[in-house]
Amino acid sequence: MNVYLLVGIGGFIGAMLRYGISVMTEMWWYGSFPAATLFANYAGCFLLPYVSCKMGSFVPTNVQKAITSGIIGSFTTFSAFSVETIALFESGKIAVGLLYLSLSITGGLLFVRLGEGRGNSK
Amino acid sequence: MIFVAIGGFFGAIARFWIGQRFNTSSFPFGTLFVNIIGAFLLGILIESGVEGDWMLFCGTGFLGAFTTFSTWMLEARKMEVGKAIFYVIITCGAGFFGAWLGL
Repeated sequence: MNVYLLVGIGGFIGAMLRYGISVMTEMWWYGSFPAATLFANYAGCFLLPYVSCKMGSFVPTNVQKAITSGIIGSFTTFSAFSVETIALFESGKIAVGLLYLSLSITGGLLFVRLGEGRGNSK
Repeated sequence: MIFVAIGGFFGAIARFWIGQRFNTSSFPFGTLFVNIIGAFLLGILIESGVEGDWMLFCGTGFLGAFTTFSTWMLEARKMEVGKAIFYVIITCGAGFFGAWLGL
């Protein structure tokens, strides 16, 4: 199957999963802190290197791209992260905005490392 | 739900296409581009008061999938430290500025 079509199908699934998490988070989280985006971004950061390592060479390249670029790439998001950070700053919640920004980046880098480590270990 | 998914379908394809063309071995210009433009467009979309199914399709679906956090972090991880710091700062700086302009 065409690689673009496969990546699109991955995006279809990834975006739906992200939306599902945000809907579920709204049921119990009422604070201004964007917990749903942070959670999706953390999970995606761990899974991207982890799944890439685990798939190895026995999964066809096109399918690998559908899973990494398609599902995981669409599951995580930068646009919502930026807009949420700026919205927090603009509403005067500077401390919450800075917390969100720093947690996203340090945590993101940490989860990428963890995913790499877990993916490489047998 | 279906609006988000269809938006995600097109957003992922657009990001993948731009990544294939502009992500070079020396620097991921494609990822940088989609994240900055996506943040700017989402700001505009929210500011213009788009709601309901259109917001789910264009914002949550398309722009959410068009931009990516995981690839960005993994690319930074694979760079040498100085370059990674530059990459993270330039993406945040330009992306946040774009979102701020849009909003």
